Amino acid sequence: MSPDKLARMANQIAKFFETRPHDEAVEGVAAHISDFWEPRMRAQFFELLETQPELFSGLVRDAAPKVRTVTAKAANA
Amino acid sequence: MPLVSEIDYGTPASKSKEQVTLTIDRVDISVPRGTSLMRAAAEAGIQVPKLCATDMVDAFGSCRLCLVEIEGRRGTPSSCTTPAEDGMVVRTQTEQLKQLRRGVMELYISDHPLDCLTCAANGDCELQDMAGAVGLRDVRYGYEGDNHVTARDNSGGINMRWMPKDESNPYFTYDPSKCIVCSRCVRACEEVQGTFALTIEGRGFESRVSAGMHEAFLTSECVSCGACVQACPTATLSEKSLIEIGQPEHSVVTTCAYCGVGCSFKAEMRGQELVRMVPYKDGKANRGHSCVKGRFAWGYASHKDRILNPMIRETVDQPWREVSWDEALDFAANRLRTIQDESGKDSIGVITSSRCTNEETFLVQKLARAVFGNNNTDTCARVCHSPTGYGLGQTFGTSAGTQDFDSVEQTDVVIVIGANPTDGHPVFASRLKKRLRQGAKLIVIDPRRIDLVKSPHIRASQHLALKPGTNVAVVTALAHVIVTEGLHDMAFIRERCEMDAFEDYMEFVSDPANSPEATEALTSVPASELRAAARLYATGGNGAIYYGLGVTEHSQGSTTVIGIANLAMLTGNIGRDGVGVNPLRGQNNVQGSCDMGSFPHELPGYRHVKIPEVRDIFEKAWGVTISDEPGLRIPNMLDAAVDGTFRGIYIQGEDILQSDPDTKHVSAGLAAMDCVIVHDLFLNETANYAHVFLPGSTFLEKDGTFTNAERRINRVRKVMSPKNGYADWEVTQLLANAMGANWNYTHPSQIMDEIAVTTPSFANVTYELLDEKGSVQWPCNGNTPDGSPVMHVDGFVRGKGRFIRTDYVATDEKTGPRFPLLLTTGRILSQYNVGAQTRRTDNVVWHDEDVLEIHPHDAEQRGVKEGDWVKLASRAGETSLRAHVTDRVSPGVVYTTFHHPGTQANVITTDYSDWATNCPEYKVTAVQVSASNGPTEWQENYKEFSERSRRIEAAE
Repeated sequence: MSPDKLARMANQIAKFFETRPHDEAVEGVAAHISDFWEPRMRAQFFELLETQPELFSGLVRDAAPKVRTVTAKAANA
Repeated sequence: MPLVSEIDYGTPASKSKEQVTLTIDRVDISVPRGTSLMRAAAEAGIQVPKLCATDMVDAFGSCRLCLVEIEGRRGTPSSCTTPAEDGMVVRTQTEQLKQLRRGVMELYISDHPLDCLTCAANGDCELQDMAGAVGLRDVRYGYEGDNHVTARDNSGGINMRWMPKDESNPYFTYDPSKCIVCSRCVRACEEVQGTFALTIEGRGFESRVSAGMHEAFLTSECVSCGACVQACPTATLSEKSLIEIGQPEHSVVTTCAYCGVGCSFKAEMRGQELVRMVPYKDGKANRGHSCVKGRFAWGYASHKDRILNPMIRETVDQPWREVSWDEALDFAANRLRTIQDESGKDSIGVITSSRCTNEETFLVQKLARAVFGNNNTDTCARVCHSPTGYGLGQTFGTSAGTQDFDSVEQTDVVIVIGANPTDGHPVFASRLKKRLRQGAKLIVIDPRRIDLVKSPHIRASQHLALKPGTNVAVVTALAHVIVTEGLHDMAFIRERCEMDAFEDYMEFVSDPANSPEATEALTSVPASELRAAARLYATGGNGAIYYGLGVTEHSQGSTTVIGIANLAMLTGNIGRDGVGVNPLRGQNNVQGSCDMGSFPHELPGYRHVKIPEVRDIFEKAWGVTISDEPGLRIPNMLDAAVDGTFRGIYIQGEDILQSDPDTKHVSAGLAAMDCVIVHDLFLNETANYAHVFLPGSTFLEKDGTFTNAERRINRVRKVMSPKNGYADWEVTQLLANAMGANWNYTHPSQIMDEIAVTTPSFANVTYELLDEKGSVQWPCNGNTPDGSPVMHVDGFVRGKGRFIRTDYVATDEKTGPRFPLLLTTGRILSQYNVGAQTRRTDNVVWHDEDVLEIHPHDAEQRGVKEGDWVKLASRAGETSLRAHVTDRVSPGVVYTTFHHPGTQANVITTDYSDWATNCPEYKVTAVQVSASNGPTEWQENYKEFSERSRRIEAAE
């Protein structure tokens, strides 16, 4: 998926949770991405956070450490 | 197998709880107060002769055949119009009555052709039956005088009273010479369908049934629902199929395969040939009514385009090769396994069909989870109601409409938002209109002036014609008015909802920034009208919200669903008859396909794959390990395909190339795959990119169940053997077994048993129960053994209802100098979805191409006139179609349907989607409209490509 599209999807999710208290918003964004994004998407997400962090809103970056990690097994299955 | 017989009680049932007791022909009988004598007699097993009465419409009292005598009363009142009273003593057969009835019949027959032997109604004619019932032996009046029967009078001149047959409607004929002017058709059109297209013109002997102002049926306002044909007691209105084939000899009750209303029909058969579909009175979704699609548009099942043999090809530029089932399945299985060997087990997936049965859908997702070993399963609900799943799941705890359709009979205020029921869900619309004519109030929230806003005897109290993309702002403003004017139901909220969440929501929604005055500039909805609508909904009695894809197919689709749930909780409109939140589901089994675990993150029954206890149930049942990772959703599959990590797909009964947004993206994804398996009735658009084609079966050719928008599980019954050889569940099983699974289902009931064992909301569902009760609404388990017509009665499924903030976020799809107009899309009555079925029926006489609705102001600015070809362009692509200039759409908004592949409306739509579910934003695309000479280059190229890719080499 194009980096822009993936980032737009993450930022859209963050936008919904933005008005929540910060901790709750971080949990909300992380849980949503963990529950609905397939490992390939999460792998690309983590990669882009390294290479192009500026694509993501602050809330997405804050939530990233709580997003379900991608095991090598899931990524290469 | 005989015809399913239904008793016609003559007049509708009374809903009174009070009973009265009377004697009819010496039989004592108790009936609810308000029951007619005719119906009371029928319930006692006594048939009073009748012609103008039928229980689908109110009593009329015109034929004078149902006369009775009542002790202590003078005269011979008509039993259809006389209510039963306590202590009445009624006689239905006396010398006087016999004579009177014979006299009446004699007059009827004296102006009726006596061609009974060659008449289409022969064997099913109430006039014939009544002549027999009253013992008519002689007709003293011939055709010498005035009559409507013969084209020429006795002297060979023209008989001005005679009218030729009207055969303009493709499905039924109107033969005025056989009409007895009982008005049953006129009343069915008014009372049942609510269109008011028919009338009686003239007076006395000149009275005639007339469509509109003496027009042909086809060009009148008639919507061809067929209620008039069903009501007609003679051959005056007859199905053309009946005229052609003859009377049916057996019938089977089954469920329509078009929209999410899920109407029950009797499929009336002669051998393996379908004669006609007649709505089933005991069908709890439709109560004996239907629309033009369900009743008439089933000709696609035997259309010449239907593919009946499996086909394969190495690459998509080759012609198709017809092969045996074994060869096709081996080819498919080998390719899929090879892809998995090369690219990992997650490199293939499935799309389940919302057109197929629950059992078939269950097997397709099982194929992904148990045989492919991944969760790459998705369904077309992704592109329609996935936000409903998310929004109602978050607020109420489960993803489904809260009511049954009967509930609308108790509703006082209806909000219809982002739905066009008269076109998309016509039978529900008829039931809604009936309630509106009784006085219920209506609020329509839609950018377009849909028919419900103003049609005969219907007028919306408010039409909030919002700008596309501003649903959240409007719904939140409604809540703002309710809360700030103190109209919310605090007792309900305190008892049923989470208070912390409510207080947080109050703080958010009371903010003046959410007031209608503040958002008016954005939404184009006048604040005063919005306030009036909010007050009406909050204070008008039972309030019910019905919504459709105009809510979900937005970048904030899920947020709007949450906002709707908030409104219902705020006003206490949840948990009883007449209220609720009702998503109008698009496809016949979209509810079922969601229930059956078609989504990549949840197993059947909406349980996330990450939950070990849930996986455990299926791992034990299936003897496999189930992945705990969510799989790919349809748009993600296509992205992964372009990236080269997703290479094979099995698509059952869905045409993603035509129905999904951003066609160029879909075709790029499909073209990148090495094994596309299309399992369908026809070579659909997606099949242009397929390597394997597995022929599908129609709903007439298999057993199973569909679940409609009310959560009602209806039986689908096989009435003929599959023309392609196998029902769809058998084909999936063959494919699974070709890949090494060892499935041994011999009947869909065994699949339902597996569903019941693994899915708590289906625990008590069996085919025996469905046969016994007709249908049940899930949850159907130990707690609710008879099913659940209304949900959240004593508490929400999640425990306490949860209010959630709904901030308005403008979509990124914005108008600007290049694309100054907003395109929104929808449906029309006669066509269905991508039109694969309806385009292959005579329904094309009503709609043979998609047109662009454009406001006169916008049209004039662009020099566009009615019927002109126009080019429609967005940043995703461009197409062309003809313009229809109308003020149904607001200035700045254009509208089209997507029923025809030539139009390629989805070349225009973008890849923007709902934040929570990736449901595409079909309903808002920034576009420009300009004059054009005809189809665009893309359309021409696509047509050529499409024809080339459909070549078939016959088998040796």
